[in-house]
Amino acid sequence: MSSITAATENRSHVSSYPKFIGRSLWLATEGSFAFYAWMTMLTAVFLVGANAWANQVAGGMIGTNMTDQVSWGLYIANFTFMVGLAAGGVMMVIPAYLYHDRKMHDVVIIGELLAIAAIVMCLMFVVADLGRPDRFWHLFPIIGKFNFPISMLTWDVIVLNGYLLLNLHICGYLLYMRFLGREPNPAWYIPFVMVSIVWAISIHTVTAFLYCGLGGRPFWNTALLAPRFLASAFVSGPAFIIVAMVLIKKLAGVGGLDQPIATLTKIIRVTILVNLLMVASELFTEFYTGGSHVSAAKYLFFGLHGKTALVPWTWTAIGLNVTAALLFLWPGLLQFRRRPLLIAACCMAFVGAWIEKGMGLIIPGFVPSTLHEIVEYIPSQLEWKVTVGIWAFGLMIFTIAIKTALPTLKQPADR
Amino acid sequence: MTTTESGSSDPDQRNRSLPVIENFSRRAAVKGAFATLGAGAFVAAVSPLRQASKNSSAAEFLQTHYTELSPEQKEGVLARLEAEAKEEYDADVTIADDRPIPGTKFVYAINLSVCNGNGKCVEACHKENNHDRDTNQSYIRVLEMPKGTLDMEQGTTSYSGVVPKGDKFYLPVQCQQCDEPPCVDVCPVKATWKEEDGIVVVDYNWCIGCRYCEAACPYHARRFNWKKPEVPADEVNPDQSYLSNRIRPTGVVEKCTYCLHRTRRGRLPACLEACPTGARVFGNILDPSSNIRWILENKRVYILKEELGTKPAFFYYFD
Repeated sequence: MSSITAATENRSHVSSYPKFIGRSLWLATEGSFAFYAWMTMLTAVFLVGANAWANQVAGGMIGTNMTDQVSWGLYIANFTFMVGLAAGGVMMVIPAYLYHDRKMHDVVIIGELLAIAAIVMCLMFVVADLGRPDRFWHLFPIIGKFNFPISMLTWDVIVLNGYLLLNLHICGYLLYMRFLGREPNPAWYIPFVMVSIVWAISIHTVTAFLYCGLGGRPFWNTALLAPRFLASAFVSGPAFIIVAMVLIKKLAGVGGLDQPIATLTKIIRVTILVNLLMVASELFTEFYTGGSHVSAAKYLFFGLHGKTALVPWTWTAIGLNVTAALLFLWPGLLQFRRRPLLIAACCMAFVGAWIEKGMGLIIPGFVPSTLHEIVEYIPSQLEWKVTVGIWAFGLMIFTIAIKTALPTLKQPADR
Repeated sequence: MTTTESGSSDPDQRNRSLPVIENFSRRAAVKGAFATLGAGAFVAAVSPLRQASKNSSAAEFLQTHYTELSPEQKEGVLARLEAEAKEEYDADVTIADDRPIPGTKFVYAINLSVCNGNGKCVEACHKENNHDRDTNQSYIRVLEMPKGTLDMEQGTTSYSGVVPKGDKFYLPVQCQQCDEPPCVDVCPVKATWKEEDGIVVVDYNWCIGCRYCEAACPYHARRFNWKKPEVPADEVNPDQSYLSNRIRPTGVVEKCTYCLHRTRRGRLPACLEACPTGARVFGNILDPSSNIRWILENKRVYILKEELGTKPAFFYYFD
């Protein structure tokens, strides 16, 4: 009898799952005029990026400003940052599932959906950086040639795709159960949530290992890199989510978000200081020791042999991070009437982390080069177009995902 | 509507949180029209890809890794590459598949007391290896260093004027063919590996162009093809090998191969032959009577960045 039940249930899934997908898509494309304007704008920007990328593939990567000396640029910088954003979502998952914060539990799906959008962007940035995207299949295990476990990049392929699948499963399952009007069975998602917590840490650790394992790049070759990556991820992720939640509350009228916003604000208050402490520790080691090991840091902060392209970037990041840290330290930031200030602080922390991890970390790893040549790098227009296009696509995914999840968010289930 | 044993009839009706849709078919038509418009715009946006795909054949796309090609497949690949060279560069070239000579381990040494920084090696490499003429590419870079230091920070690769200058010495750097090559470790697709004679090679038709090896190499030995290499037909070196100096595809990484298309056929590397000072010594370290063996046994040689543990097969010494 039970087997018959299972068979019937399977058949019902076969018919109701496509219905769920269709319904979700329909729902995600319903909205106000402002929503359509937002999506049209994102589509337009994405198309500009897609066109720039197609030109890059057709004409070679000479259209970028990367060189043999600075062989990674804006794409890998953004990739690194997006891995952090994906991992940052876990700062909602931990309070929700490990500390049983009920309010956070009700809206935790926002963090998981952010992870999905961010990982998709990561994969797009990696593809944008490839000289031969047509040979992407060489990276697939079995049909390609997968240099596992020696190459850290293969570890990254595994952990990023694994994290994507984990979050797709968790969000997909919860939304589908909601659609069926059934109570989600904890056995089908709680273990995956627990794995995803550890996995979130792993994606950013492995991404740091990509860089810090290279002996020929003294600026990256530090044991502090992975902890630093995690600390700044736990600033940028929650900062993005706070802004997203304020917008969701305002635009979609979702309630119950104030307490999660307060929790995330308190988390950033700690992580932003931990991050600054680690940056200070790194800089002390570099500058107090001196020697040729410090030349990249010197170039980054003060310029070297008259070359100063990164100096404005890094001081902007320091200014934003310190200002944001001071604002987060101030208890008044939690007051409801200071929401605009909270958003400003989040934006500062977000942009600060973006610069720190990209222009402030990936690029100086290459300057001076391994033969101590100083070749500077400023992203080309084409690189900016592709980058902004990928961001637009990521925001599209995030918007659609949030819209699909809105019914869940509006009526928090009793779990 | 299907009815299941669990009793959940039509999910649509049960889910009251979902909005009631009016004018369903009209809205669906509008949405469909916009989706089509978006898809069309996307196809138009990525249309430059069609141009790119014209330059790459199905056979190239499906080609397997060098080490997995059967002898027949290899022959087909070499013939195809020769035809491509004819078509794209109007050059009649022969592309061989030179394999390591058993019992050989190639090692290079440079006498820095003799090298005077004239740069002939850089130029010879440029021509021999069919480098892009536009960017004046070469696998060798020469640093002009102040006497009294080995700190590269104090050297420069962009020196000019009459050489040698009295207070300077000259340090040519190319691929060190490390015994522990970091570039090989980091490659995610095994497109680069170390052969039995010690030469680190790249399968240009397998490389995906991620440039992780460029980041990993401590000697700036690797180059990326940022654009299609330009070589005039009459300047193409027709004597080519699959793993070395054949004209590289766009978007892949390349490097010095100790001129394996020469050295595996008993000749010397082009940079050595071009050197007017005799600073360069090349040979098989496993041959006890070789020059290189004598130098390694009798001179006080050193290697670059020894502390990184890369174990270069490239030595420097002063007289």
